[in-house]
Amino acid sequence: MKGGGKLPPRIEKIDTGDEIFERGRGSGARIISHAKRGFPLWKVRAVPHRRVPFGNGVKRVIKRVAKCCCLFMVLALTVVPLGAQQSPASAPSSSDAAQPEIPKGLNDKLADLDKRVTAAQSAGDNAWMLVSAALVLMMTGPGLALFYGGLVRRKNTLAIMMQSFAMMGLITVLWALVGYSLCFGGNGPVIGDFGHAFLRGVGADPNPDYAGTIPQMTFMIYQLMFAVITPALITGATAERMKFSGTVLFMTLWFLIVYAPLAHMVWGKGGLLNASLGGKFPTLDFAGGTVVHISSGVSALVCALYMGKRTGFPKQPMPPHSLVLSFIGACLLWVGWFGFNAGSALSAGSLASSAFVATHFGAAGAAVAWSLAEWIKNGKVSALGAISGAVAGLVAITPAAGFVGPMPALVIGFAAGAFCYFMVTRVKAIFGYDDALDAFGVHGAGGTIGALLTGVFAQEVINPIFGAGKPVGGLDHHWGQVGNQLVGIAFAWGFALVGTLVILKITDLVTGFRVTEDQEQEGLDVTQHGEEAYYLDM
Amino acid sequence: MMKLEAIIQPSRFESVKDALREAGIEGMTVTEVRGHGRQKGHTEVYRGREYTVDLLPKIKLEMVLPDKLVNLVVDTILKTAKTGKIGDGKIFLTRVDEAIRIRNEERGESAL
Repeated sequence: MKGGGKLPPRIEKIDTGDEIFERGRGSGARIISHAKRGFPLWKVRAVPHRRVPFGNGVKRVIKRVAKCCCLFMVLALTVVPLGAQQSPASAPSSSDAAQPEIPKGLNDKLADLDKRVTAAQSAGDNAWMLVSAALVLMMTGPGLALFYGGLVRRKNTLAIMMQSFAMMGLITVLWALVGYSLCFGGNGPVIGDFGHAFLRGVGADPNPDYAGTIPQMTFMIYQLMFAVITPALITGATAERMKFSGTVLFMTLWFLIVYAPLAHMVWGKGGLLNASLGGKFPTLDFAGGTVVHISSGVSALVCALYMGKRTGFPKQPMPPHSLVLSFIGACLLWVGWFGFNAGSALSAGSLASSAFVATHFGAAGAAVAWSLAEWIKNGKVSALGAISGAVAGLVAITPAAGFVGPMPALVIGFAAGAFCYFMVTRVKAIFGYDDALDAFGVHGAGGTIGALLTGVFAQEVINPIFGAGKPVGGLDHHWGQVGNQLVGIAFAWGFALVGTLVILKITDLVTGFRVTEDQEQEGLDVTQHGEEAYYLDM
Repeated sequence: MMKLEAIIQPSRFESVKDALREAGIEGMTVTEVRGHGRQKGHTEVYRGREYTVDLLPKIKLEMVLPDKLVNLVVDTILKTAKTGKIGDGKIFLTRVDEAIRIRNEERGESAL
């Protein structure tokens, strides 16, 4: 054997009767190192050198160029129609022609007709809103539970699912007691009040400040579902090492200290960032890009940095234990998101349709973009990549859904898919933080880029949020809106960063935040919940 | 009495089983195992992180045979389990001291 301890410069045949050879790239044979198996060197039989017109190397380059051209063409096709006119969303028109003297009988009839028309509109809106509320709850359970559940190792499946499910119970109770009031009561700039504590005054009558055609109860229950899923998203970063007791305490405080103020500032009456109710820095956030995704994503990053990496990360392999579960979860998330975004129209009219379409296009665009990125980088499109891309697109389109047209939605999706792919695969590897299920990479990053692009692509013709005829976003040449978006993004980042750090400290002192190393090795299902996710019958 | 342990490719298992049955050999214990000899594994990528999977699925056949049947079984397995490629597997033979049938407490080769 020539070459000493290094790989031999020439290739030889083994004399054991076993022949091992590998066809290599281009011409000749490639030597593969398998040093980790304890074999000192590999011996490879030479493949005769053949001159071919297109060797494998050239073919690969052509393939890569073709894929890049595909990507460019798709991008170009989506950008070009941006110049097209959008058909305006029809606004409900009220007839207010000056009325001459009407006989009393006719007047009574008109009043009665008015009442019934209002009731009919309310019925349509209410039906859609109740369905939307159910869809958003489905996003948490089982959507997110399955999505996250499949991504962790088998021994931690129940634990991560429980963390989502626990929010369904915990946040609901908090919401009923004080949560709704803190988010949507009063008219303070930063936080609500206790006027609606214990849901006082929340009944069948609409709240004209928020949704004038549906009972306030519907509005309340719809908003609750957002408050449920937001903290659940954070658990993605702390997966496989977070104590359940710590989760309960942390999420209670997080909901009160981070979520409620942000929700109030963006959506509540008098809120600093409220675009529709005259906030000082009107931030366009249709369904919660800042309130839900940036807040949870950034908090997730802070938690991941604070509690440190999982034992064995990154050397020990920790692949998803069931991508089937994640797949189902992701699809449930996509469908549920129609309730999340289109339901944020708070009515069943054409704005809901517009938001519905934008949502779907954002998801699809991002799934395609992430898949293309993987195809170019790895030569294969993975299921995990495709579904992650779709979720990233849904996150990014969340603030934009009711403000942008379908073509811009596609572009936002594309941008989010590519950007989040970069964040998850490259940036995470560079900085080395253990955001276990990419809560920051998808929600934090996706929410940020989505909120920014909302300012760029928002149009008055889709949603005249500042008043009829008033420009909304960049496509209306109101580029100042991008600045407002930055303010909103900064608020979300700031609240999430500071609030989370404070809450982490408190939680660590009271219940502890991270499990012990032994508990982590044995698995959270057994140690935190006394159960096994898959009981093998032996 | 010899214990025969054969590690074979999962795709060859059905043919091996049928061939053994046709040869009149009864009784075997089968387990699904993972392992490798010199066979190369493959790489899987999850969200940008690469994992090398080099423990490959195999089938382990265990049989305890009277001495006179050993050669027949070995030849049968060699004929049906061979594909000629790396990863075909191996057969190991060890001597067995005693065999006991639980039902009627028979001992020796008649217990096999």
